[in-house]
Amino acid sequence: MKINDVILQTVTKIVTFIILTFAIYLFFAGHHNPGGGFIGGLVISSALILMLLAFDIETVTQTLPINYKVITGLGVLVSLFTGMASFVFHVPFLSQAHLHFYMPIVNEEINIATTIIFEIGVAMAVVGTTMTVIVSISRNKGDEE
Amino acid sequence: MSWLHSVVLLPFLYALMIPFLYRYVSRIHTGWFVLPLPLILFVVLGSWLVDISEGETMLYTLSWIPSYGINLSFYVDGLSLVFGFLISGIGALVVLYSIFYLSKTRELLHNFYVYMLLFMGAMLGVVFSDNLIGFYLFWELTSISSFLLIAFWYQRKKSRNGAQKAMLITVSGGFSMLAGIVLLHSMAGTYSIRGIISQAGELQEHSLFLPAMIFVLIGAFAKSAQFPFHIWLPDAMEAPTPISAYLHSATMVKAGIYAIARFTPLFGGTGEWFWIITSVGLVTLFWGAVNAMKQTDLKALLAFSTISQLGLITSLLGIGSLALAVTEEAETALYTTAVLAAVFHLVNHSTFKGCLFMVIGIIDHETGTRDTRKLGGLMSLMPISFTLTLIGSLSMAGVPPFNGFLSKELFFTSSLSLEETGIFSAGAAGLLIPAVAWVASIFTFVYSMILIFHTFRGKYRPRRLEKKPKEAPPGMLISPAVLAAFVIGIFFAPNVLAHYVLEPMVASILPGDAGDFSIHIEAWHGFNKELFMTLGVIVLGSILFLTWKRWKGIFTLFPQVYTLNNAYSSGILKAEQAAYSFTNIYMSGLTRDYIQYILGILIILAGGMLLFSEGISFRRIDVSTIEVYEVLLAVGLVAGALTVMLASKRLTAIIAIGAVGYLVALFFVIFRAPDLALTQLVVETVSVALYLLCLRFLPEFRFRETARRVQIPNLIISLGVGVLITSFTLAAQGNKLFPSISVYFEDSYELAGSRNMVNAILADFRGFDTLLEIMVLCIAGLGVYSLISLRMKEKRDDHEN
Repeated sequence: MKINDVILQTVTKIVTFIILTFAIYLFFAGHHNPGGGFIGGLVISSALILMLLAFDIETVTQTLPINYKVITGLGVLVSLFTGMASFVFHVPFLSQAHLHFYMPIVNEEINIATTIIFEIGVAMAVVGTTMTVIVSISRNKGDEE
Repeated sequence: MSWLHSVVLLPFLYALMIPFLYRYVSRIHTGWFVLPLPLILFVVLGSWLVDISEGETMLYTLSWIPSYGINLSFYVDGLSLVFGFLISGIGALVVLYSIFYLSKTRELLHNFYVYMLLFMGAMLGVVFSDNLIGFYLFWELTSISSFLLIAFWYQRKKSRNGAQKAMLITVSGGFSMLAGIVLLHSMAGTYSIRGIISQAGELQEHSLFLPAMIFVLIGAFAKSAQFPFHIWLPDAMEAPTPISAYLHSATMVKAGIYAIARFTPLFGGTGEWFWIITSVGLVTLFWGAVNAMKQTDLKALLAFSTISQLGLITSLLGIGSLALAVTEEAETALYTTAVLAAVFHLVNHSTFKGCLFMVIGIIDHETGTRDTRKLGGLMSLMPISFTLTLIGSLSMAGVPPFNGFLSKELFFTSSLSLEETGIFSAGAAGLLIPAVAWVASIFTFVYSMILIFHTFRGKYRPRRLEKKPKEAPPGMLISPAVLAAFVIGIFFAPNVLAHYVLEPMVASILPGDAGDFSIHIEAWHGFNKELFMTLGVIVLGSILFLTWKRWKGIFTLFPQVYTLNNAYSSGILKAEQAAYSFTNIYMSGLTRDYIQYILGILIILAGGMLLFSEGISFRRIDVSTIEVYEVLLAVGLVAGALTVMLASKRLTAIIAIGAVGYLVALFFVIFRAPDLALTQLVVETVSVALYLLCLRFLPEFRFRETARRVQIPNLIISLGVGVLITSFTLAAQGNKLFPSISVYFEDSYELAGSRNMVNAILADFRGFDTLLEIMVLCIAGLGVYSLISLRMKEKRDDHEN
């Protein structure tokens, strides 16, 4: 049985980008407002899941040939290495640093912290794990049919 | 970081490069890249020799977990430096040898050299560590690298079994060592070996002193293959020969000896220490020698001979520990000689046994067999190998002019010295100790002769050999030749070695006055008892060897059923069966059972704790006013939960679970936790999608048919968990035992530069938790992936069948 899901597919093509943009916003907003690496990663995965629901797995893997297991591992490594970078500065493991400075054009105080790298690792691990689980389960399903 | 730290850590860093070198520079044998490292280490250690031999020591500390007193502190004195020389020096020779032994094209060289460098670093760590936790870490790392190296040819069943056996025995010993370390720490309050030794006087009165000693000794004996733990060493001979020469004769098995020597200043001078070590050493010496005679595999022969020689060194250390118990100067000097003999023989053994192993490897390599029943008459075909074997074996047998003779004589002197002594009723053993020593030496002589004559003399039978024998390539002969040169060189100039190497070694084993002496080793000291004992060994040994064919039958008299090996293998089998049947009792394969276990245990432990600590008090709970919409939400939640329970279709249940989740998210919004609400919303969305995906894998939903047998425990557990969590939450509100720590997080902008307190906690204040959480995530994801791919693979295999 083939379901006619043209509407879902058309909407998905647009909505995915909106969700992804929102995910990036959430990721950076996390510094001062609700958001952060974990939630950003989850929202990214939900966009990918929406794509999986609207299209079949083959199409999605063709468009995005990503090995999510690698993403997971890389994410953990990124977080681990930000922690280990502390050793170079002779401070305890996982010490984070931050920097305030004034941005003249946007007339705002900007704040950059090393936690952002750590959070990138977290987001990657979350996306990787969620997608590894979902892709491997749904691929198995495809094989059975 | 200091030079000393680099010496230990360099092999580990170097090991990281090996796979790349193997892959991208495959034209050159990987061994050539490894070779410079031990040579450099040897030179660096050599530059410290003069200072150390004058009695100086070095100590460098790199903090690791200073709050627990765990640091990477490395300490160099005479004892550790000599071990460092053995590790790097013999390491270099073994690497050189392995370049010719292991084929560039057929073997997995990158694995081999990575494991080997891992071992080298770990072993250096063992001998240089002053902190006991560091010591233990490196100690276990040597066991692991030994396991990997024994199983290097993992396609062979024997290799795998041998590796498993070695691992089980040495790691169990390691656990015992850890127990001893913990006891020592609880007594002395420090992990530093030097710190503990400095309190030796007070510790000897402590009630935990004896248990700590026994635990440490079990660890040392397991590592050094002392009776009854020796059974792993013969099976470890499945490793490639360079490894047998390096780990299982020259270095790793001596780690136990090192531990005994290192702890002698602490435990030495007590009766228990003397008796345990001396008797275990003598039994091992004797038993190893007896077994070595009956072996037909040359490597097994060498394995048992190694066991026997290790027993000799151990027993000497036992006798030498008496030096710390006696006060008279003459007696002290007598027992100091025993320690000297121990360290002297340790060095000598590394030279001649390393040489012998390498030659046996050559024979194996060139003829295709190590079986004495097939070999014979190789003398004219492999003259250089023959010469090297002759040198090594005669040194092992204790015949002049080789270094084994000198240490064997010293051994006799020490065993004889016990006759006159009165302490610890050691004199009561009377002639027993020298007698055992003497008989074991005769056996040693016999198997040394077997090694020479059954391989190189006798009838040449080319048909039984797999290859046509020829002399090995020169590169392979360099390493054993260097060691053989040492065997002879040490005999003629023992006092150079004694002054620079042995004296500082003895001084670190016997600190204080006992070690204050000078050594002079002589090959000739007149017609005394020791010389006659050696003559007796040679005469009787020759007679026994010549009549060997007549009496070798007695070895078959001993029933094979009662061997330690049998006990070990049946023990392993029984343990496996018992574990299997025990696991089968509770592993039902049903997820609901496992959830019951988890939640049931939670109720028992947490609930029990709550009851016994009388923590349930709802007195001081100040509840805020409850609004109408909150009540409505709660009703919705309960209704959703009931729908999950009562739904007749799984799809309904899943949607109801989603509804519950969204309602909880609404609660978070009301209570001003936007981060939580956001996360909860997305998690619910993703997990509903996941549930839907899993739906088709689950069996038919048979709610109505579920038996009461299952329902009633389910009801009890779910009610219990509900009550428990509720009372926990209320009790936590009711008991403010400590001031709240949340004030600290309010400064998150100053401390972490983030106005979002929750994220500052997640990424900065408690970053370690988050790091471990994503690791758990990663492991869980990979777990799901591998379980599913396993299932798919099984299915595919089924189709093919």
